[in-house]
Amino acid sequence: MSQEIIDEVIASDYKYGWSSDIETETIKKGLTEDTVRLISSKKNEPGWMLEFRLKAFRHWLKMTEPTWPNVQYPKIDFQNIIYYAAPKQKIELENLDQVDPELIKTFEKLGISLEEQKRLSGVRSNIAVDAVIDSVSVKTTFKETLYEKGIIFCSFSEAVQEHPDLIQKYLGTVVPYTDNFYAALNAAVFSDGSFCYIPKGVRCPMELSTYFRINSAGTGQFERTLLIADEGAYVSYLEGCTAPMRDENQLHAAVVELVAHKEGEIKYSTVQNWYPGDKEGKGGIYNFVTKRGICLGERSKISWTQVETGSAITWKYPSVILKGDYSVGEFYSVAVTNNYQQADTGTKMLHIGKNTKSTIVSKGISGGHSNNSYRGLVRIGKKAENSRNFSQCDSLLLGDKCGAHTFPYIEVNNKSSKVEHEATTSKIGEDQIFYCKQRGLDNEKAVALIVNGYCRDVLNQLPMEFAVEAQKLLSISLEGSVG
Amino acid sequence: MISIKNLSARIESKEILKGFSLEVKPGEIHAIMGPNGTGKSTLASVLAGREEYEVTGGEVTFNGKNLLELSPEDRAREGVFLAFQYPIEIPGVSNVNFLKTAMAEIYKYRGLEPLSAKDFLAYFKEKQAIVEMGNDLTKRSVNEGFSGGEKKRNEIFQMAMLNPKLAILDETDSGLDIDALRIVANGVNKVRNSENAFIVITHYQRLLDYIIPDFVHVMYDGRIVKSGGKELALELEEKGYDWIKQEVAEEA
Repeated sequence: MSQEIIDEVIASDYKYGWSSDIETETIKKGLTEDTVRLISSKKNEPGWMLEFRLKAFRHWLKMTEPTWPNVQYPKIDFQNIIYYAAPKQKIELENLDQVDPELIKTFEKLGISLEEQKRLSGVRSNIAVDAVIDSVSVKTTFKETLYEKGIIFCSFSEAVQEHPDLIQKYLGTVVPYTDNFYAALNAAVFSDGSFCYIPKGVRCPMELSTYFRINSAGTGQFERTLLIADEGAYVSYLEGCTAPMRDENQLHAAVVELVAHKEGEIKYSTVQNWYPGDKEGKGGIYNFVTKRGICLGERSKISWTQVETGSAITWKYPSVILKGDYSVGEFYSVAVTNNYQQADTGTKMLHIGKNTKSTIVSKGISGGHSNNSYRGLVRIGKKAENSRNFSQCDSLLLGDKCGAHTFPYIEVNNKSSKVEHEATTSKIGEDQIFYCKQRGLDNEKAVALIVNGYCRDVLNQLPMEFAVEAQKLLSISLEGSVG
Repeated sequence: MISIKNLSARIESKEILKGFSLEVKPGEIHAIMGPNGTGKSTLASVLAGREEYEVTGGEVTFNGKNLLELSPEDRAREGVFLAFQYPIEIPGVSNVNFLKTAMAEIYKYRGLEPLSAKDFLAYFKEKQAIVEMGNDLTKRSVNEGFSGGEKKRNEIFQMAMLNPKLAILDETDSGLDIDALRIVANGVNKVRNSENAFIVITHYQRLLDYIIPDFVHVMYDGRIVKSGGKELALELEEKGYDWIKQEVAEEA
């Protein structure tokens, strides 16, 4: 495995930076109530959906952009963005032969097979993929296989048509459109995303995965994901994302909502690799994302694992509301920034139920001129008796021009709960690098190895295939980060 | 194998090596002894290519190549191994993964195909036996939480794995109890053959009871001031270093 990683390191730079020549339908730049109506009509949505969007849009107009994150960027002109772009391709596809070959090529280039076959030889479990390009889901694999077990895994648009009862029941219950500026914007203009429902007592037999790709220039991507694990259900969900290299900054404002009922469990893993901009900090994705899960029932569990290497600016706090008694929330994060990247990321663990437990492990790694902040809130409510939190926030500096910051917020409102917070900041050791060199590793490989070791606790949480991917990514993102 | 001529080096403005010369041929073991602060560890660091040291004069030829022009990693790939006096911890990186990566790099440099996973494992097990390293140690992260003795054994284990042409042991015996000393020395004796060579830096004669050197050199003030056979070590053990210092002073 390490050999592969090493080979990847040599192939320098952002390797997903190409764009595909896919026939695309876009609407005009700008955002008004008409834009919202147009998006809704393009998707042939029922009235209640349009109503939701319009309420969100009207609310958004009254809001202002948040300025509290520790990141800097020029003001975004929201009228200069295209809010809807879709490959000119019908969404309902009987089989792969009907998909535009350019689209298939696009995903093959990304290492994602849209054909339903085993992706890792020797590994039994398959991965079902929902591929989202620009604003639209182009293909969901293994849909029928999953449906036999009662599992619904489809694009969000399809769910609006086919499962309106479920969407109406859960949409906006975890992240209401009033939550924040970008959540409101997303609720107004979101175009697609993934929907997943695992029924009572069902353990999803394969990893579910959504692969997001921004392709068109000048567009924003606003997808929405909703995952529900009913009582005693289990699902492991993976999310990957890339974008072409462009000089402009593109906005990505997604919303992810997770709901775990009694004894339900959701494991959500992300490898975020949006285009980070070039070495001078030009271009790159603004990744302003709201991700939140709620442990509704007792003994439910939600676990977030993220490896963040991309985006010019990352602003996201995957959180868990621990409502059910004995519910468990976890957050494992590696955030790497290099060159002029900025990241302000962390989590919120909101303990409401009794005997709830949360774990936070965050590893921030900064190189170049980048800035990396951890921001985390642990709030233990009055009634959340005997609750526990353990947080560990480590920062690793790879140079002397980068920054690492930690902003922990801790609120404990009862006496029987226990909160532990550990934090370290260290600089990568010259001694460690020399030791590796003396064993035959060059500088880049030495750094990649040391950093991978540093992140092991988090990488171990990822499903195997993603772990390999993530290790490679770390090596690539760290190129030229030291010295 | 290695020819060091008139090597001088300094750290910051402090001159430490002052015209050090040594010739080592394949199959030989050279012991370097001497009082504290005479530049023994500096010699090891300079040969391995530590960047804090500035070479101010002299030359080093290793198997026909100018060693001083090579990067530290290329020196390692050419077959120079340094057993560190204070081995470094790399948390989260298993010994197996570390050595697999290192071997792959060295093989690639030499234009060889890397070992298959199966062959690597067999090779790993074989070398493990040499230094009596249990799986409990090899599975753990590189040197993390190892005792002083375990770290030194791990250095010898890595040496056995990487099979260098020239191994420099920088006070590998310091901090070892008698059992660990025996294991480390046994490891060296099993690795040595007619094609490789060792430079063993030590303070104490006792290591040389187990690793029999072909030559013993006394280093003082940045260079070798006296050379002899293994009996020189015994003489030093008995008489200390003062008489050497005196000899040097008289010559000057």
